[in-house]
Amino acid sequence: MATTHPNSDKYYIPHGSPWPILGSVALFAIMAGAISYLNDWTGAWSFLPGPLLLAAMFFGWFSTVIGESQHGTYNQEVDRSFRMGMMWFIFSEVMFFAAFFGALFYARRLAVPWLGGEGVKVLNKLYLWKSYNPGWPTNGPAHVGGLSNGTFSVIPPFGLPAVNTLILLTSSLTVTIAHHGLRSGNRVLLKTFLALTFLLGFSFVSLQIHEYGEAYRELGLRLSTGIYGSTFFMLTGFHGLHVTIGATMLVVIWLRTMRGHFTPNHHFAFEAVAWYWHFVDVVWLGLFTFVYWL
Amino acid sequence: MKIKPRLLLATLAGLCPLLAAPAAHAAWTLNLTPGVDQVSRDIYGLHMLAFWWCVAIAVVVFGVMIYSMARFRHSRGVVADTGLTHNTRVEIIWTTIPVLILISMAVPAARVLVETTDASGSQMDIRVTGYQWRWTYEYVGTGVKFVSSLDRMSDAARQLGSTIDPYSVPHYLLNVDHPLVVPAGVKIRVLVTGGDVIHSWWVPDFGIKKDAIPGYVNEAWFDVDPDKLGTYRGQCAELCGRDHGFMPVVVKVVSKADFATWLKQQQEAEKTQPPTAATSTSASAAAPAAALAAPSG
Amino acid sequence: MANTDNATTHAALTGHEEHDAHGEHAGHDEHADHGKPHGFWHRWLTSTNHKDIGTMYLVFSCIMFFIGGAHAMLIRAELFHPGLQFFDPGTFNTLTTYHGLIMIFGAIMPAFVGLANWMVPMMVGAPDMALPRMNNYSFWILPFAFALLIGSEFVPGGGGGTGWTIYPPLSVEQGYALPMMIFAIHMMGASSIMGAINVIVTIMNMRAPGMSLLRMPLFVWTWLITAFLLIAVMPVLAGAVTMLLTDHFFGTSFFNAAGGGDPVMFQHIFWFFGHPEVYIMILPAFGIISEIIPTFSRKPLFGYDAMIYATASIAFLSFIVWAHHMFTVGLPLASELFFMLSTMLIAIPTGVKVFNWVATMYRGSISYEPPMLWAVAFVFLFSIGGFSGLMLALAPADFQYQDTYFVVAHFHYVLLTGAAFGIMGGVYYWLPKWTGHMYNMTLAKWHFWMSAIWANVLFFPQHFLGLAGMPRRVPDYATQFTDWNVVSSIGGFAFGLSQILFVILLWQCARGGERATGRVWEGARGLEWELPSPAPYHSWTEAPSMATLERGAPMHQTHG
Ligand code: HEA
Ligand code: HEA
Ligand code: CUA
Ligand SMILES: [Cu+2]
Repeated sequence: MATTHPNSDKYYIPHGSPWPILGSVALFAIMAGAISYLNDWTGAWSFLPGPLLLAAMFFGWFSTVIGESQHGTYNQEVDRSFRMGMMWFIFSEVMFFAAFFGALFYARRLAVPWLGGEGVKVLNKLYLWKSYNPGWPTNGPAHVGGLSNGTFSVIPPFGLPAVNTLILLTSSLTVTIAHHGLRSGNRVLLKTFLALTFLLGFSFVSLQIHEYGEAYRELGLRLSTGIYGSTFFMLTGFHGLHVTIGATMLVVIWLRTMRGHFTPNHHFAFEAVAWYWHFVDVVWLGLFTFVYWL
Repeated sequence: MKIKPRLLLATLAGLCPLLAAPAAHAAWTLNLTPGVDQVSRDIYGLHMLAFWWCVAIAVVVFGVMIYSMARFRHSRGVVADTGLTHNTRVEIIWTTIPVLILISMAVPAARVLVETTDASGSQMDIRVTGYQWRWTYEYVGTGVKFVSSLDRMSDAARQLGSTIDPYSVPHYLLNVDHPLVVPAGVKIRVLVTGGDVIHSWWVPDFGIKKDAIPGYVNEAWFDVDPDKLGTYRGQCAELCGRDHGFMPVVVKVVSKADFATWLKQQQEAEKTQPPTAATSTSASAAAPAAALAAPSG
Repeated sequence: MANTDNATTHAALTGHEEHDAHGEHAGHDEHADHGKPHGFWHRWLTSTNHKDIGTMYLVFSCIMFFIGGAHAMLIRAELFHPGLQFFDPGTFNTLTTYHGLIMIFGAIMPAFVGLANWMVPMMVGAPDMALPRMNNYSFWILPFAFALLIGSEFVPGGGGGTGWTIYPPLSVEQGYALPMMIFAIHMMGASSIMGAINVIVTIMNMRAPGMSLLRMPLFVWTWLITAFLLIAVMPVLAGAVTMLLTDHFFGTSFFNAAGGGDPVMFQHIFWFFGHPEVYIMILPAFGIISEIIPTFSRKPLFGYDAMIYATASIAFLSFIVWAHHMFTVGLPLASELFFMLSTMLIAIPTGVKVFNWVATMYRGSISYEPPMLWAVAFVFLFSIGGFSGLMLALAPADFQYQDTYFVVAHFHYVLLTGAAFGIMGGVYYWLPKWTGHMYNMTLAKWHFWMSAIWANVLFFPQHFLGLAGMPRRVPDYATQFTDWNVVSSIGGFAFGLSQILFVILLWQCARGGERATGRVWEGARGLEWELPSPAPYHSWTEAPSMATLERGAPMHQTHG
C-alpha cells in the first residue's frame, strides 16, 4: 500500500523495505563471525563485519521510521502497535534474565546444598565430595578457578555496587523528569535531564568495568570461578550490556530532541526508551539484592 | 448404523488378549513384562491400570464420535441442529468424570512412587558408575570392583560393515563380559553416578531406571524374589555419545549361598592380581572429562 | 463490500514470476492503492505483505519438512535391520538430533507462523499484520538460521550428536558443531519472538470494530495464547544454550558439579522451555481443528467459551509440569509427586477440547471433504498420543517408559498425527482461499488416506517396541526387536512417499484449477470467507462493515 495521508485513519502499511533482509544478513554475519572465532577458524576481526552491518541496518531502519513519524504517517493505532510491541519485547527480555536468575536460585538453594550432602542427598557427601562444606559464595567442591589457592573474594555490596544502585535509581528519576519536561513543553528541562540520564548510565558502565577489573586482578573472581563467578558475571554482564544499549538509545533520543523531534503527545520512541531504562533499573535492583547483597 | 461402535468394541476385545497375555512368540512382544521384584510388579499393575482406563475412555469417546460420523451425514440429508452449542450439565459431567478417573490412577501411582524411593533397610550397597561406554560396579565395603562392557562377539558384529549376522550372536547387544552378580531375596541399594556424561542404569525386570549424573549420586533399590534366579538384561537409557547403544546392563541373580562363594572368589582374585579390572576403573576416572567428577580430596 | 481488488495471487505458492507480472497488470485497478510490487526480488526479499510473508513461511516449512523427513528416512533405513548397515553410530546420533531440531523449529513452528500470517489479519478484519517490516525480518532470519544449523552437520568432526535436547555434559563435549547449533537456536528464538509479538499486537490492536475478543475465531484465540507462550519461553531457551556456550568456551560452571553447578539444572531450564514448546506446537492445531469441524458439521462449535478457557488452562499448566521429562534424574520425592499430579491435570482441559469437538459433530450434518478428513483423523490420533502421554505422566510407570520407543511413539502421535495433521487440515481448508483454485479432490483424498494409514503403521508398533524395552536414540538393537522395526520402517517409507502426492497437489493448485468461490465451503463462517478467493493482496484495507461482520462472525455468536 502506498503511503497514507498524514494522520489519516488508515493503518500505515509500509512498502517493501530493504532493512529487514539486511538485518538478517547482519545477524548471520554476527553469528558466523562469533562461530568462526570460537572455533579458531579466524581471528578476532571476524567479530567486526556483523555488528557493523547491524549498526547500518539499525541506522537505516530507524531513519526510515523516524522520517515517517516526522511526516505524520502514523496514526494513533500504529502508535499503539509500536507501544505494545515494545512492551512484549521487554517482557521477553525479562524472561531471558529469568533464566539466569533461575540458574542462580537453583544453584544456591538446591545444587550447592545437595553437593554438600544436604537432606536426601547425603550420598553425595559420603561418596563423592567428602570434604566439601557448602555455602555461598562458592566455587564448588573442586574449587574451580579463583586465585592460585582456589579461593576468591566477593565484591562487598555496600561499596561500588551501592553507588551504582544510587546512580541507576537517580537516572530513572531523571528520565522521568525529562518526560515531564517533554509533556509540559519544557524542552530545556527535557534536554538537560535526558543528557543527565545517559551520563549517569555511562558512569554506571564505567564503574562496572572498574569493578570487573578489580575482581579479575585482585579478588580471584572471574567468569571461571565456579558457580559463583558464572552466575555473577553472566548476570551482571548481560545487565551491563543492556545498560550500554539503553544508554546508547538515550543518546539517540537526546540527539533527536536536539533536532526538535517529539511533541508533547506524540513521542513513542522516547517512551520506549524510558520503559527500557526502567526495566534495566529493575533488573539491577534484583541483581543488587540477590547477587551482591543476600 | 449402530453396528460401528460394536464393531470397534469387538476389534478391541479381540486385540486385548494379545496385549494382556505374555506373547507366545518372543519377537512380537507387545507389552511390558511384570518383572521379578515387587516394585516392578507394582509398576506393571499401574501400567495396566492406566492402559485399561485409556482403552475404556477411547471406547466411549471414539464410540460416540464414530456413531456421530456415521449417523449425522450430510449425504443422508441430515439437517444440523444448530442450536446445540452449549449444555452446562454435560460439560460439568465431562469435567468431573475425568477428575475421578485421574484420582483413581494418582493414588496408586503415588503409593508406588513412595515405595520406589524408600531404600531403608537395604542390606547391601553397590556403586554403579557409567562411563563412555561401559559400567563399573563396586560392592561397597568388600573391595570387589570391576568393569562391565559389551561382550566381544556383539562388539565385533555391531561394527559398521561387519559381515557377522547379529542373529548368530547370543543375546546380541545385550551381553557383557562381566555381569553384575547379586543375591536373590536381599534388598540391595544401588548408588548410581556418572563418570563423564549422563547415563542411565536400567533393568526393566527390576523396575529400575536411574540416571547416572556426574558429580551427584542417585539411589535406587531392588529386592528380587528368592525364586527368580536368572539373568536379567537392560541397557543404558540416556544418550551418552557415540556408543550409547552399546553399553548394556546385565545382572545375574543367584542364590545367597552362590553369591557368597562368588564374592569370596572375587576377593581372592583382587588380592592375587590387583592391577586388573579395578585399576582400569580408576584409570578411566582420570580421563579428562571424568576429572570433573573426581572428588577433590 | 469495501474490497474490490481482484489482483490474483496465482503465484503465491510457487513464487512464479511470470504469473506474478501478468497478474499485476491485469488485475490492477486505479482506486485501490495497493498493487503487488514489481520484480521477483523486490517482492519476496523486501516484502511487507502478510500474505507473501505467510507464503514464504509455508514454503520454507514444507522444505524443512522434507529435509527433516529425509533424515527420518535415513534413520528408519538404518533401523530396518539389526546391525549397522549405513551409518556409524556418531552419524546416526547426528541424524536423530537434526531430525528433531529441523522438524520442530523448521517444519512445525514456521508452518504455524505462516498460517497465522495468512489468516489472522483476514480473520480479525485487518489490512495486514501490525508490524509488517518486522514480519519480514522474523521470516528472513530463518533461512539463515537453518543454513547455520544444517551447515553444522557437515563441519569436520560431524554434527552435534546430543539429541534435540542438547543435554550437558554431553553437549559440552561437542566439537565445531556446538557453537553453530547454539547460534542457530538463538536466531530461531529471535525469529519466533518477533513473530509472536507481531501476532499478539495484530490481534490486540488491529481487530475491526465490532470484532470483540469473544467473537474471535478459535484459531485466533489459540494463536494469541501460543504467542504468549512463545514470548515467555523462547528467551529461556536462549539463556539455557548461552550457558552451554559459556560452559564450553569460557569455563563457567553452570552444569559442572565440580564448580558447584549441576547438569540437571540444564534439564530444568531446558524443559521449562521445552514443555510449553510442545503446546506451542499443538495449540494452533487445536485452533485449526476448531475451525474445520464446525464448518463441515454445519453446526457452530460446541462450547466456544469452554474451548477458550481450556486453551488458557493448558497454557497455564504447561508452565508447571516441566519436570515430567525428568522423572528418572533423581528428583526429591515431593517434586516427583508434584510434577506427576500437575501433569495429569492437563488431561482435563484437553479432554474438554476433545469432547467439544465430538459434541460439535453430534447432531451435525457432516460431510467429508479433505480438511474434515484430516480433522477427524486428528481427533482420533491426537487422543491416542494424549493417552500415552497420560501413561507417561505416572512417574513410576515412566521409569519403565522413559527413553524408550514408547516415548517416541507418544510424541509422534501428538506431533505428526497431531500438529502436522492439523497443519495439513489447515492447508486443505484454506488453500482455495489462497490460490483462488480448488484442488484435485481425488489426489487430496489419496494423500489423506495414505498418510493416515501409513502413519499408524509407522508409529503404532513403536509402542510395542518401547514396552518390550527398546531404548530410543540407538542405531542398532537386539534381535528380538527386529520384526516391529521392519513394520515401522516400511510404514515410514510409505508415509514419506505419500507426501510426494502433497507436493504435486500444491503445485497443481497454485497453477490453476476450478475457480473457488469466496466462501469455498458450504458451512464456512468467518471473516476470511467474506473476502473473494483468492484473497486480495491487502486483506481488509477498510474494516468490514457491521453487516459483513454479522454474516461472517463465527457461528457461535450468530446462533448463541
Ligand atoms: C505436541 C506435542 C505434545 C503434546 C500435545 C503432548 C502432550 C502430553 N504429553 Fe508429551 N511429549 C512430547 C510432545 C507432546 N506431548 C514430546 C516431543 C516429548 C518427548 C521429548 C523428548 O524427550 O525428546 C514428550 C514427552 C512426554 C513425557 C516424558 C516422557 C519421558 O521422556 O519419559 C511425558 C510425561 O509425563 C509426557 C506427557 C504428556 C501429557 C500428559 C500430555 C497431555 O497434554 C495429553 C492430554 C491428552 C489426553 C489425555 C487425551 C484426550 C483426553 C481425553 C479424551 C479426556 C479423558 C482422558 C483422561 C481422563 C485420561 N510427554
Ligand atoms: C514435528 C515433529 C516431527 C515429525 C513430523 C516427525 C516425523 C517423523 N519421524 Fe521423528 N522425531 C521428532 C519429531 C518429528 N518427527 C523428534 C522431536 C524426535 C526426537 C529427536 C531426539 O531424540 O532428539 C524424533 C525422533 C524420531 C525417531 C527416533 C530416533 C532415535 O531415537 O534415534 C524416529 C525413528 O523412527 C523418527 C521417525 C520419524 C519418521 C519416519 C517421520 C515421518 O513422519 C517423516 C515423513 C516425512 C518425509 C519422509 C518427508 C517427505 C518425503 C520425502 C523426502 C520424499 C522421499 C521419500 C522417500 C525416499 C521414502 N523420529
Ligand atoms: Cu551410557 Cu547411554
Ligand atoms: Cu512435556
